[in-house]
Amino acid sequence: MSSLAELKVGESLKEVQLDPVDRITLIKYAGASGDYNPIHTIDEEAKKAGLPGIIAHGMWTMGNLAKLFTEFYEEGFIQDYTIRFKGMVFLNDVVTLKAELAEENENILKFNVRAVNQNGNEVIKGDVLYHRYAS
Amino acid sequence: MFKEHIGKQSNKVKNNVERGAVRKFAEAIGDLHPIFIDEDTGKNSRYNRNIAPPTFPRVFDYGTIQGLNLPNKGLIHGEQTYHYERPLLVGEEITCYSVIKNYFEKKGTQGEMGFLVLESFGEDEMGKLVFSSTQTVIITEAVRKVLIG
Repeated sequence: MSSLAELKVGESLKEVQLDPVDRITLIKYAGASGDYNPIHTIDEEAKKAGLPGIIAHGMWTMGNLAKLFTEFYEEGFIQDYTIRFKGMVFLNDVVTLKAELAEENENILKFNVRAVNQNGNEVIKGDVLYHRYAS
Repeated sequence: MFKEHIGKQSNKVKNNVERGAVRKFAEAIGDLHPIFIDEDTGKNSRYNRNIAPPTFPRVFDYGTIQGLNLPNKGLIHGEQTYHYERPLLVGEEITCYSVIKNYFEKKGTQGEMGFLVLESFGEDEMGKLVFSSTQTVIITEAVRKVLIG
């Protein structure tokens, strides 16, 4: 898809499947974001918190999902981005990013967005209101 | 125990949308797109400079809300929203602050859960709003007991 203008309601942006989640990716996100909560990087801390292992930062997944829209930067921008964190992302999980055009109202495109794991379970879900420039 | 904090605001803190921080953040979310990191792409774009990814405000300092002591551990991030008037521009200065918008409790599967809603704002050098965000933090009963005790 080279332009959002060609997209019709009910159609989706090209899905992106991420590489299996590894520890270094989460360490990088901790450093880049400043979120050093140890349940995202250190096994013992995750276990102490009652988790089977470390989990990805919800904001890492939310940050990833937004990239489906990056290439359209000349056409508009993400005006509103709303996410509910629904499930945990563990090491080696394979996350797929999806965005479907749900509504079109003049210059606002509403997308249903979600990230699902390898079992088809939603880990985050929400919507994007994409503001399209007049020209 | 958080109810009395509703309406409280943090001090305002100046943040810079720093080029190196944007690159590091874009790399961390696997989105090293030239619009974020390549100066020429930025110059030739409608923004005349590079922009930052929409979840970049995660890195900003929003100041301190007097009397609010949230633990570093044991919190669950339930919901997150961002609203933008325009994209964030690399190199600009953004003044940030947070307000406690709401606090309520609900019975959940893990006992009584507290829901704390923090609203944050980013303003440009003219004092105009660039973005706002809301973060809903779920505080489990176990953590609340530690805080009270």
